[in-house]
Amino acid sequence: MNKIAVKVDDLTVAYNYKPVLWDIDLEIPEGVLMAIVGPNGAGKSTLIKSILGILKPIAGSVSIYGKSYKKQRSLVAYVPQKGSVDWDFPTTALDVVMMGTYGSLGWIKRPGIKEKKSALEALEKVGMLPFKNRQISQLSGGQQQRIFLARALVQNASIYFMDEPFQGVDATTEIAIINILKELRKANKTVIVVHHDLQTVPEYFDWVTFLNVKKIATGPVKDIFNDDNLTKTYGINYKVSIQE
Amino acid sequence: MDVTEYIKLVFTDYTLRTITLGTAVLGAVCGMLGSFAVLRKQSLLGDAISHAALPGIAIAFLISGAKDSNVLLLGALVSGLIGTFWIRGIITKTHLKADTALGLILSLFFGFGMLLLTFIQKQPNANQAGLDKYLFGQAATLVESDVWLMATVTGICFVVLMLFWKEFKILLFDADYTKTLGFNTKFIDILITTFIVLAIVLGLQTVGVVLMSAMLLAPAAAARQWTNSLGIMIILAAIFGAFSGVFGTAISASQNNLSTGPIIVIIAGIFVIISFIFSPNRGLLFKQIRFIKNRRDLQLNKTLAFMHQIAKTHESISHPHTVKILNNFQGYTRSTLQQLVNKNYVKLEGNMWSLTEEGFTKASNLYNQQTSDNE
Ligand SMILES: Nc1ncnc2c1ncn2[C@@H]1O[C@H](COP(=O)(O)OP(=O)(O)OP(=O)(O)O)[C@@H](O)[C@H]1O
Ligand SMILES: [Mg+2]
Repeated sequence: MNKIAVKVDDLTVAYNYKPVLWDIDLEIPEGVLMAIVGPNGAGKSTLIKSILGILKPIAGSVSIYGKSYKKQRSLVAYVPQKGSVDWDFPTTALDVVMMGTYGSLGWIKRPGIKEKKSALEALEKVGMLPFKNRQISQLSGGQQQRIFLARALVQNASIYFMDEPFQGVDATTEIAIINILKELRKANKTVIVVHHDLQTVPEYFDWVTFLNVKKIATGPVKDIFNDDNLTKTYGINYKVSIQE
Repeated sequence: MDVTEYIKLVFTDYTLRTITLGTAVLGAVCGMLGSFAVLRKQSLLGDAISHAALPGIAIAFLISGAKDSNVLLLGALVSGLIGTFWIRGIITKTHLKADTALGLILSLFFGFGMLLLTFIQKQPNANQAGLDKYLFGQAATLVESDVWLMATVTGICFVVLMLFWKEFKILLFDADYTKTLGFNTKFIDILITTFIVLAIVLGLQTVGVVLMSAMLLAPAAAARQWTNSLGIMIILAAIFGAFSGVFGTAISASQNNLSTGPIIVIIAGIFVIISFIFSPNRGLLFKQIRFIKNRRDLQLNKTLAFMHQIAKTHESISHPHTVKILNNFQGYTRSTLQQLVNKNYVKLEGNMWSLTEEGFTKASNLYNQQTSDNE
């Protein structure tokens, strides 16, 4: 068994009085490509935000490679849901990707040639180099998604959390993105992805977590991705035929 | 009074110079900071803060018993800040929407402020007259020290803006992400908000509680129309704000008895209207023109493509065809044909047309080009 990259203990999160996440225990081994699946409102985004310290849980703890998240922040990169920002903001694609370097720069220091170079490399990797000077509102949804991905790649992290990176992208972009994710896994990075398309889970991922307020199951796709867990998570009788 | 005479007066007349400088600096700093409010979609914030400042002015007067503008503005600052942090508190602690919290604080503080003002006016204190100038502002009461204060705050604000430029930018764009990078977003947020409160308080004397938020928002909203770069937007907003101040002062000085504050706001509003209509990329006018032009180009291209279809069926592309065939095509008119001739895509001889080499290449590239044009 590999090292544990992310460990979540007894995590409980509430926006109001009613918890949207209950007592979540989770261990994510290093080097897996993991899908988080669950219905709308299951708390998938909330889970990621709580792990990343964007939301404050009412109970529980998170550790990254055995230490608190605060100490390990530089090891973690985040791709938010695309709809979480205003794409009419006056800036360019390159500028957004460059934001990925701000964390390592720290306060006040401005990005320089080195930062620009790594941002350009990331743009190249996601196939968006020709669009580097585009105003971000003039990018398509799939292109915006790639920009977000590039921004996370620039962080050169060990663990990537991605909230629905495949939302609204066409087949070509989906393949391009999944190839990048697989490349990350090959480099022994850990990638955690909120995913909605159950059909593609066995094809894309090797690890899966079923979530619906509580954690239903977590483990290797080949062991636990079955009708039983799907039914428990989605509440209706699920029949997936996993074709080999 | 003609313009040159007026300009001469600005440089020689002490009062006019002070007011012009004051309103210009105020406009600039409001434009600069207003950009943040506009981009964060917190348009109501300025309104809430300026209204929240009113009770502070009244209380400062009640305590000090004098009308020293610095003391009163200090009062405004304190109550403006209290209002702001209550708003923040309400938003984070309860689950009320931001605009609800803003509206709540706005009316609560303003109502309380008005209550205090009426109470003060009933007092037998000779000093009390004129406190209500903070409602609509009175630029004529600006003195040199006020201008210095404004200039100092603007200077500090500018330095802080340059220093924390990247932090401000990323917070404006994506606050959650900023947090994950390890930045203290609360600190950046409080920094921005504090400066907005400062700018508003400085403007109360000139523009007044009621119109202050327009001073903050209008130049920024106008500037947003002209550029897609945050830096240029902020600079433009500062320039628009400063010009509003200068023009507004000029108009009110030359048309006796027109109060300065409202005129400045009206000028800023005119900047907004002009920008929304005439700015090249986002303006309504050019959008319409582009739309018409695109439609015409499309018409032309479609005709060309149609001719290409016909020409393709013949051995030689320059084989002449009769104009009559084109009548089968809906988009065809005499003038589109003439335009294609002008562009040298088509040759016309009597009632016969033929594609030129150039026209043929253009037509066969039409579809490829549409995809590569996207870059
Ligand atoms: N800011 C908020 N305030 C109050 N409740 C919230 C907030 N954000 C989310 N919730 C609630 O928390 C629950 C979990 O939301 P979350 O966004 O984590 O779901 P999700 O699994 O990501 O759903 P989706 O698939 O639609 O993205 C939902 O019931 C939602 O209504
Ligand atoms: Mg979600």
